[in-house]
Amino acid sequence: MNEPFEKAVQRHGATVLRVCRAVLGAGPDADDAWSETFLAALRSWPDLDEATNVDAWLVRVAKRKAVDIARKRARHAVPTGELPEQPSRAGIPGAGDHELWQAVAALPERQRLALAYHYLGGLAHAETAELIGGSAAAVRRAAADGIKALRQQPSFDEPRRGADR
Amino acid sequence: MTEKTESGPGREERPGEGGPERLFPVSATELDRLHIRLVERAQDEELLDVAYRTIDSPVGPLLLAATAKGLVRVAYQREGFEAVLDTLATRVSPRVLESPARLDPVATELEEYFTGTRHSFDLALDHTLSTGFRQLVQRHLPQIGYGHTQTYQQVAALVGNPRAVRAVGSACATNPLPVVVPCHRVLRTDGSLGGYIGGLAAKTALLDLERAA
Repeated sequence: MNEPFEKAVQRHGATVLRVCRAVLGAGPDADDAWSETFLAALRSWPDLDEATNVDAWLVRVAKRKAVDIARKRARHAVPTGELPEQPSRAGIPGAGDHELWQAVAALPERQRLALAYHYLGGLAHAETAELIGGSAAAVRRAAADGIKALRQQPSFDEPRRGADR
Repeated sequence: MTEKTESGPGREERPGEGGPERLFPVSATELDRLHIRLVERAQDEELLDVAYRTIDSPVGPLLLAATAKGLVRVAYQREGFEAVLDTLATRVSPRVLESPARLDPVATELEEYFTGTRHSFDLALDHTLSTGFRQLVQRHLPQIGYGHTQTYQQVAALVGNPRAVRAVGSACATNPLPVVVPCHRVLRTDGSLGGYIGGLAAKTALLDLERAA
């Protein structure tokens, strides 16, 4: 790729962050996945074919990095009688969108991942199916069910009401 | 490069509420913080080949770019910063990131120059973007002292090729490090300005600045 890498960060940074947040929860793990994604992308950038769909390529890299981080998190998990205090994975309170992220985190895993890679990441249902298994039709249903569940959230419509005021 | 389109595969079934951009806003502050982290990591892992920033100056916004070797490009806005970055990506490396901190020493020296307190630059330079005779001329230019000028003809003689006046002209016109490499101190034999990559108003402003100090 001959394009300055900075342009890719500017153009796709927000999309990749949304995907990481939907997969890992809005918090430090998602930030780490974002960093690992763009660092890996920077490493491969000069060798990347000019015809590559950068958006979709970055979403796939983000998927691998998110899986790595989720595995690491599972390895470090220690069974315990009482819950330790943890940094919230729900984003910054008062940021306005944390309720919606919490609702995303509460979705069944397949709905959450279909939402992450298809709805937020912009991959086709078939491409999403390659990443998370199952058929394109099943991914389509999972994404639609996920969106339907989110529609029940009052914060889902908040931006629109805010804009009309 | 394909721009993001809403007509691509898989996009047609997004709900109509305004899309993820509006429903899942990501603040510029958060992205800035992640960007700073990315630049630090990239630098640690030696993946930051070209760092750049822009500064304001009395001759308009300037783009500054550096490699590990040193300052590689100073560009005037009229050159088109996008085009300048594209050229750096092609000619040096596409591993280009905006990194204001990395260019701080350069920004400081330029600020001192523009306020008249600095008369010569103490910066490592990367001459990668010019070759051959042009680079030879550009390496000679810092020897023209602050507030002094030479003619294209004098410069040609000093680099040992007195008949290469036109080539000296094009070496100055293509100087990738204007201001720092002072091609603005080279004039026509009749005292008229000749050309300048930053425009004649910028050349005049720099000469006036140096005369006043």
